[in-house]
Formats: sequence, structure tokens, C-alpha cells
Amino acid sequence: MENGVVVCTDKLVRKFHVGRTELVALKEVSLEFRRGEFAGLVGPSGSGKTTLLNIIGTLDTPTSGSATVLGERVESLSPVRAASLRSRHIGFIFQTFNLLPVYTAYENVEFPLLLLGLSSAERRRKVTDALEWVGLADRAKSRPTQLSGGESQRVAIARAVVKRPELVLADEPTANLDAENSHKILQTMVGLNRDLGTTFIFSTHDEKVIRYLRRKVSLVDGRVAEDRTLEPGEVRSQKLE
Amino acid sequence: MLAFLAKGLFRDRSRSLFPLLTCAIGVSLVVVLDAYQRGAMDGMFRVMSSFVTGHLRVTTRAYAKAGTDASNDLALLGVDSVLAGLRRDFPEVTWTPRTRFGGLVDVPDSTGNTRVQSPAAGLAVDLSEASPEREILRIEKSLVTGHLPSASGEVLLSDDFARRLGVRLGDKVTLVSSTMNGSIATWNFILCGTVRFGILAMDRGAMLCDIKEIQQALDMPDAADQILGFLPREQYDDKLATRLASEFNAAHPGENEYAPEMETMRTASGLGSMFSLLDWAAALILIIFIVAMSVVLWNAGLMGSLRRYGEIGVRLAIGESKGAVYRSLLAEAFLVGLVGSAIGTAIGLGFSFYLQEVGFNVAGMMRNATMVIGDVIRARIAPMSYIVGFLPGLIATFLGAAISGLGVYKRQTAMLAKELGS
Repeated sequence: MENGVVVCTDKLVRKFHVGRTELVALKEVSLEFRRGEFAGLVGPSGSGKTTLLNIIGTLDTPTSGSATVLGERVESLSPVRAASLRSRHIGFIFQTFNLLPVYTAYENVEFPLLLLGLSSAERRRKVTDALEWVGLADRAKSRPTQLSGGESQRVAIARAVVKRPELVLADEPTANLDAENSHKILQTMVGLNRDLGTTFIFSTHDEKVIRYLRRKVSLVDGRVAEDRTLEPGEVRSQKLE
Repeated sequence: MLAFLAKGLFRDRSRSLFPLLTCAIGVSLVVVLDAYQRGAMDGMFRVMSSFVTGHLRVTTRAYAKAGTDASNDLALLGVDSVLAGLRRDFPEVTWTPRTRFGGLVDVPDSTGNTRVQSPAAGLAVDLSEASPEREILRIEKSLVTGHLPSASGEVLLSDDFARRLGVRLGDKVTLVSSTMNGSIATWNFILCGTVRFGILAMDRGAMLCDIKEIQQALDMPDAADQILGFLPREQYDDKLATRLASEFNAAHPGENEYAPEMETMRTASGLGSMFSLLDWAAALILIIFIVAMSVVLWNAGLMGSLRRYGEIGVRLAIGESKGAVYRSLLAEAFLVGLVGSAIGTAIGLGFSFYLQEVGFNVAGMMRNATMVIGDVIRARIAPMSYIVGFLPGLIATFLGAAISGLGVYKRQTAMLAKELGS
């Protein structure tokens, strides 16, 4: 990763075939994201946000062009290597939380560490830390059904950051939350970004999220329409309490 | 990781309890079915061999050829000599002579006129103190009233038959039949006891007497319809029986239709096809079970996979490889199959044990049956019972998960974010 570049795409193209129709979801997208950024891919539905997030998350590969994530060329990654990269360096936060329902909050957060083969003591320390970061240490034994939407998403955030990934990808993380919970969640992520130096890339069209971003990449019809660093006055980030 | 997955498995009943119940029920049914079928066939063969064919049967060639139409005029002559030869040449086999006869049983009133008559199926066997027939036919256990014939002229009737005729112990009954030469024969007996064999065809109208008595009654000195042979421990061994029959028949060549011929239980009374059926039945049950259970469990696996679509998606997104997810599904299936099959086998064996000890009374269903079959069918637990359900249960559960789990490999990771976001 030269000069702290975490993600670099160069003339990235992604085409899909639906029957005989060819859909071009991304059209020569060239972007760079550096370590510690708090950036968002913004645009209407069908603009290519999720497709780009998929490629950055090594869940998909480009049709042409290249994408380099944490020094790895996505287009040439094997499925096993891609899974390994995700398990070690990339965290995901989803719109619908996607907690494993039969496990407690603690166990949900512990799961990524099990994939890394950490010792029990190390897992316990990291999970406890992560739950404290998101303010849910006292709900460790609760099952997802016992948590509110906001709490569930905070557990999901803890799960995404517990392994201290270099990159967190959040797909519409506030879509299912009310305004108050959305702000709490965003403040949590801002704090983690600041304290841990984790790079956050959002896919969103939620104004509440956009107001927290420090960089906004607007996508329209698969192209980068605008890539703008927001002025400090435009950002509502606050210190994590 | 294994402990983590096990924790999820135990907490999620639809992943553990329901497949486990499905497996256990299927396995227990197969165990019971297998034991019941074995017991029923055993019972049928035991009854058939004890009352009809023996494990080996020596008759004249003409008698064997006539099959169910055979009559006493085709009986073996010089039975004592043939019997002595058999006991000398095949000492491991228990040999005993028998004669079947038919006729009318006439019950006179106080004036000597006929009060009631009824057709009877008679069986004459060696009823002496040392006779193996006492054990083979379990006569003493079958005795309902009175005692076994101990004096000349005594006879046993089946209990139902005696009731129907309205005769009591000590009453006179007359057999009207034919000699082996075709003349009319009448012979007076005294009823000394009644029996119930638990075999409907016998209990309806059987008459049982000593073979010496019937030799006099039907004018067949030193003759008998057949000499039956019983292999050790009452266990029919088709290979052994076939070998002995071949040896005997090789020693008695020729075309004389009154010469003795030995048949095995398989060939006598047309039981060959039933034996063949038995050979295939167990394998057929296993195949049907494996296919049926695989389909059921495959379907259950598919339903489970659909229900766990989100969970598997999250695991893949977080960084678990498809291989690891697939292996964990297989491990879960193995565990569920192992426990389910063990529980199913235990339940099946328990129920089979009950059926083995108590049996299932089918008398009510077979009132008009003509088959020589016991009215209580019992199961029999054999070493096979321990694996007949267990292995297919385990394999089917594992196979079902293995097939349905292949869906993990077909899943497009490119769609994960979209699927999990929706």
C-alpha cells in the first residue's frame, strides 16, 4: 500500500448480462481511498454503489480495469484468498444487521476472531473491547431478538471492527434505523475511525449519513459524477463520548 | 470453532431437534420393520417346518411329485428300515415319521347313532415318551385339557374342534377314513385331551394320534407318509439341507416311484420363492429406506439451507471460505445423523424387544386363513438389527446434507452484499 492507499480502482468496468441485455453497472471508475478516510459512495438506486462496494470487498471481480485492495489485485484473487483477505482485513456492516440469531451479542462479535484462530483469552479481550467501543458491554449475553435495532447495528459494528480491520465497508447502515439511533451509530463509527484509524467506506443515499462524511463520491449511472472532500464545517462528526 | 458451531446447533432446534427426530423416527421404523419381518418369517418357517415340511422331508418320489394331492397310497413302506438308515447316515439330523390323513369324525349319541359329524385333518406322529415330536410340536405346552395319548385308542382333538363337536374327555369319537389300499376304514378313539397350537389351520379341525395307532387304523403296517428331518437348534440351514438331500438322493438313484426321495424345506411345499423373497427383502428395505430417507433429509437440508441463507451469507461475507462452510454443514449432519440413528436404533430395539417377548396377535385378522401360520407373530432381534437402521440413517442424513449443501458452492458471493442488505 503505497502512500497509505487502501483502495485503488483504475478504469473499473463491471458489466452484467440479463438475458440478452448487457447492463454496465460501472463505467471506468478510477478512485483512491487512503488509510483513515471516512468516505461515502452516494447516489440513487442503480448508480453502481453496491457493485463498487462488492468489488472493493472482494465479493465480486471487475469485467475490465483493475481494483487493488490492501495491496491485492481483486481481479486475480482466488476465492480462498479473497475469503482470507476479508476475514483478516475487511469488515462488513449491512443494512439489516445480519446478526446470527442463535448466538449472543458476545458470540456474534467473537465469530470473526474464531476464523482467525485466536486463542480464547485473546478473543475474550478483543470482544470485550469491541463491545465497550460500541457501548454494549452490558448486553454481551443478549440474543439479537432481545436487542433493539440500534443495539443490533452496534453489535454488527463491533463484529466488523473487532479484528481491527484496515477497511470497513458499510452498505446503507442506517436504512433501518430511526434518526436518533442513526446518529448514535454514526457517532460510534466516527469515533472508531478517529481512535483506531480504520478506513470506512459507505454506500448510502441517506442524508443523515452524508452529513457525517468527510469525502463524498457521487455516482450517477455507473460513473463518478463528483468526488469531493467535505469542508470541516460541513461535517457533523463529534467526539465519541 | 467446533464448539461454536455445536453451540449453534444445539440452540437452533430446526437445525438439530427436527432433523434428529426425522432421522430417529425413520431409523426406529426400519429397525422394528426388520425385526418384525425376521420374526414373522422365522415364525412362519418354524410352524411350516414343525407341522408340514420339516427341514428335510423323505417321501416316495410319487408322493413328492403329487404335492398337495398326495395320498396315503403313495406312502413310504419299510419305514423302520429307512428311518434306521437315515439315523445312521445323518446322525446330526433328528428324524421322525409322520402320516397325514383326512376323514370324518363321527360322534355317537347314547344309542350309538350319529349325533354329529365333521371333517377332520389328522396328523399321526410318534407320541412315545422319547419322541422328539413332543418338543417339535410343543404338544405338552399346547395341551388345554386332559393328557397325551398313553394307551391304545386314545386321541387328541383341537380344543375348538372338540367344543364344536360337543365332546368331552373320555367320549368316544369314530374316525371314518380310507386305508392306504383304498378300502373304507373306521376306527374308534377315546378323547384323552384337547390341544391348541395357536395355528388357525390346525386349531379349526385337527385330530392328533400316535402313528402306531393310525398304522393299524388305516392298514399301513410299517408305513408312513413321510419322514421329517430337523436340523440342530431348530435352525434351518439351506446350504446344509441341500447338501444332505443331494447326498441322500445320490445314494438312492433309479426310476422307482416308490423309492425314497429327500427334499429340503425350500423345495418342499413350494417355499423356494419365499426363501428367495426373504433373501432380497432385507436389501430391498435398505435401498428403499436409503432412497426415501435421503430424499426426505435432502429436502430437509434444502429447507434448512434456505432458512439459513442469511447466516451462510454473513459467514461467507465475514471471510469464512465456502469449503469451511460446507464442511461445517457436513459435520452438523454427521452429528445429527449419529445421534438420531443411535436414538432411533435404541427406540426400535426397545419396541422390537417388546414384540419379541409379547408378540402381536393376528388371530382376529386370520379367522378364515388356510395358511399354516401362528396366531401370534413375534419380532426377532438379530445382530443385523443393530445396524440395519443405524448405518442407512447416518448415511442418508449425511448424504442429504452433502447434496443440499452443494448450494453453498453455487452461491454467488457477488450478490452477498445485495442479498444481505435486503
